[in-house]
Amino acid sequence: MSVIDELKSAIKAKLSELDLVIGWGPGFDPLHATPLFMRCEKDVDKLLWGPLNVHNPATYLPGLKGKKVGVVVKGCDSRSVIELLQEKLVKREELVIFGAPCAGVIDMGKVRRALGDLDKVNAVSIEGDNVVVTAGGKQHTLPLAEVAADKCGRCRYHNALISDVFVGEHLPPSVEQDDYADVEAFESQSLEERNAYWKREMQRCIRCYACRNACPLCVCRDHCIAQSRDPHWIGQGDNVGDKWMFQMIHAQHLAGRCTECGECQRACPVGIPLLALKRKLNKEIKELFDYEAGVDPNACPPLQSFKVEEEHINERGW
Amino acid sequence: MAQAKFLKEADLAAWLGELAKGRKVLVPQKDGDAVVFKPWHEGVKPVLDRQATESPKKAVFPASEKLFRFSYIKDPENPGKVRVELEEPEKPEPALVFGGRPCDARGFLIFDRVYDSPKTRDSYYVARREATAFVTLACPEASNTCFCHAVGSGPADTAGSDALMTPVEGGYVLEAISPKGEELLKSPLLSDAGDKLAQAERVKAQAVESLPPAPDFAGSPEALMARFDDMGFWENASAKCISCGACTYLCPTCYCFSITDEESGMKGVRMRSWDNCMSYQFTLEASGHNPRPTKAHRLKNRVGHKFSYYPLIHKGAIACCGCGRCIKSCPVSVDIREIVTMAIEAAPTAEESAQPQGAKQ
Repeated sequence: MSVIDELKSAIKAKLSELDLVIGWGPGFDPLHATPLFMRCEKDVDKLLWGPLNVHNPATYLPGLKGKKVGVVVKGCDSRSVIELLQEKLVKREELVIFGAPCAGVIDMGKVRRALGDLDKVNAVSIEGDNVVVTAGGKQHTLPLAEVAADKCGRCRYHNALISDVFVGEHLPPSVEQDDYADVEAFESQSLEERNAYWKREMQRCIRCYACRNACPLCVCRDHCIAQSRDPHWIGQGDNVGDKWMFQMIHAQHLAGRCTECGECQRACPVGIPLLALKRKLNKEIKELFDYEAGVDPNACPPLQSFKVEEEHINERGW
Repeated sequence: MAQAKFLKEADLAAWLGELAKGRKVLVPQKDGDAVVFKPWHEGVKPVLDRQATESPKKAVFPASEKLFRFSYIKDPENPGKVRVELEEPEKPEPALVFGGRPCDARGFLIFDRVYDSPKTRDSYYVARREATAFVTLACPEASNTCFCHAVGSGPADTAGSDALMTPVEGGYVLEAISPKGEELLKSPLLSDAGDKLAQAERVKAQAVESLPPAPDFAGSPEALMARFDDMGFWENASAKCISCGACTYLCPTCYCFSITDEESGMKGVRMRSWDNCMSYQFTLEASGHNPRPTKAHRLKNRVGHKFSYYPLIHKGAIACCGCGRCIKSCPVSVDIREIVTMAIEAAPTAEESAQPQGAKQ
């Protein structure tokens, strides 16, 4: 039985015990899947599994507290679930986790660059290692490895790290370790160059906060400092200073909690490469605390705990 | 109708140069992976072969606008006495939105009924509106997310534009729609369109054909009102929505704003900035009560405003221009067409409506 069929029957078997199950279904065109909220068997028949399942369904979990929820996860999504469990933002007994091996998802930005735009997609099929997109009457064969999200190329967790039901064969990690080479390359530029880069990128931010609302760990949402009037932390002007200030606060709040699912960047309607900010802080967290978010349900994120002396910070040696 | 003109592709930059004398010309241009409206200058190549990521609404309705500056001045004789000095903002500079699509220009007709009505005249809006002209590009082909034809518009709609450009072989056919547009087309770079006009008409006809069948939104005002108290319907419709504001800020017809005082020390600015009904703070009252506490309440308002409340008070005009950006750029692909259709399909049938009130569920 194929992974998708196994998933569907596993979900159907549990459906009666659950209020709903979150997965992915067909969207407005063949390239866009959309989060699917399954409540009956007919809904489950619409379930999709594959490289178009770009969304992280864990984002919805904190908002569904009190309900018994099933959630279908890719490896990276499962890390968000673990982080939410660690922070007691969701309850394990309220969740049924369906996992399967994920070979990677596509980055719409890369497909857009290959096609010019995504406006006229008529058909999409996965053929071996390629995604074949027909748009405006033209066929484009795009190697999956080239249009996969960057996070997939450095993924060590293709298989859900936590699950109640796991279907399919486990996949080996893409790499042994994340070397943060992209962050190091950026760091090799001068401060002025880095500042100019972010000023340019932030210029087109429309302050919609899709980055915040798509993030599974950004849980203040309705009470966010970005829009609070009292205290008035951040000005409401259309200027880079205030936009940048928000991103800095967002990134700091995610330090050591961010599982690098990349939803902030994927959700950005104007394509600001926001994941780079989170990766920079995660690199620091890795160096300072030797910690990686969302891999161990029993661990406590380093910035939510206290030790008189950190093992990896040689305070007395300074 | 004034004579149609022809602009050679090779003369586009020169014409933009002429237009940019004495006014700001906003053209769609690449910025990272996005296409946004920014001022044209020598060397900028407008992106005209696809719909821009954002609408050009900030040309008339800026993302943030200074209503006035204020400063507190202490009386040197009596420091306990403070007076406030206000400073008006500068008058808006003349502007031209070049290369927007018919849906982009038409969006402002929805603003006009609200901000420039016999009852209310928003002087900031009106000043910018009068200072801004639109040279609009007819769409040669529809996108997957286009539904302009379902809201009373079309790929070559001239409503709200001063001049319409249609791409033809070797350049563009230009037609003046308003006296402002006639002035813009007086350039010696433009020649008589001649038989190119017939070509332009064919392009427009093909564009109409490329559109998928239009969803039928007739009856949406009543259908959405009928679902107003059905929170089960709205919870289902909004389940995947993440309640961000991307749809509203990219929308050419969303016109809500917030006002804040941005002050530092003794000086400050009263600022009007975009706000959106998908935000919790949008209807948060000073008491702490929020009449729209969940995303279901908020999405109901967004869809209801466009397809029900606005048409009910503006002679049936739908407050949506069908540009599809809210679908295309939604992080989770919420589809407003689907929600309106669901509401229409879920509306009580004639038989149910005929039953006495008490018999309804």
